[in-house]
Amino acid sequence: MRWMKTHREIPIIFGYAVFLIYSFAMGFDPGKRMGEELLYFTLEMAKILPPAFILIGLFEVWVKKETIEKYLGSGAGLRGHIGAILLAGTTVGGIYIAFPVAHSLYKKGADIGVIFTYIAASAICRVPMTIFEASFLGIKFSLIRLGVSIPLVIFTSIILGRYLSARGYKIEEG
Amino acid sequence: MYYLWAVMILSLLISLVADPKRTARAIRIAVKKFIKILPAFGAMLVLVSIVLVLVPDKVILTYLGKKNMAEGVALASFFGSITLMPGFIAYPLCGILLKRGVSYTVLSAFTTTLMMVGFVTFPVEKRYLGTRVAILRNLISLGIALVVAIVTGICFGEILR
Repeated sequence: MRWMKTHREIPIIFGYAVFLIYSFAMGFDPGKRMGEELLYFTLEMAKILPPAFILIGLFEVWVKKETIEKYLGSGAGLRGHIGAILLAGTTVGGIYIAFPVAHSLYKKGADIGVIFTYIAASAICRVPMTIFEASFLGIKFSLIRLGVSIPLVIFTSIILGRYLSARGYKIEEG
Repeated sequence: MYYLWAVMILSLLISLVADPKRTARAIRIAVKKFIKILPAFGAMLVLVSIVLVLVPDKVILTYLGKKNMAEGVALASFFGSITLMPGFIAYPLCGILLKRGVSYTVLSAFTTTLMMVGFVTFPVEKRYLGTRVAILRNLISLGIALVVAIVTGICFGEILR
């Protein structure tokens, strides 16, 4: 049963499925609501993950290592962090999409610090989301949020990147 | 979300015309990566569904509505960290909270942690970053969210008047 060790999530998911079936059979209300939420978010994921992973695959076969090294590598300095923020601006979904992308960037020679900027920016600098935010909370709110968080993200990512690079840190394949 | 499909299909077609073999390799890579991480996404979905039932929007509305500033920020960061909400639910919720008199400071702590700090996404994050670095990244993000909340409060005249 080697898969149980490599995929420890599978027994948990299986147990949860049993719990949900039991809830629906016995009319256990919180369990039924959990089932509904699960279905809703599974459908959301089904809309986002397949195209995202196909794009990651295309990125891996088409984009040259030299290109990523040049624009997002350790030699790029601050420009690399700004590039990562621009790249992250187009992200759809949530931060969870940024992690597989982070691994592909890492494989192509992006700097660790730049990758952490990318991950954070894909959470806070998504353009469509920010427009939506501004329409509910006002443009001033969004501008303060971006203006304060972006420098902090770059600063902490550079420090974290240096610390981890010095220790031979690797981003795993998932 | 649909623009992601449009971009994907367009890129796939261009890639197919340019080099069918390479495109087939890209799809193989995509499928392999996807299957490998699927259990972690499954675990994430399990957590999301549990958390959303235990902490429904109504609870967030009540708790953020009536506390003082420090308590509000602490609770907002807590709720923001443990839940996952798509923007089209989160921002209208924030709009309601704002109309009920919740401060920008509290809303800022809520939205920033909601986006940057992820309890439910942790199963996915730890597979790529490793447990220790994933925890570290979340703690740094929490710190950033608190600074953003405080500066927001100062700019809106809610703190240090």
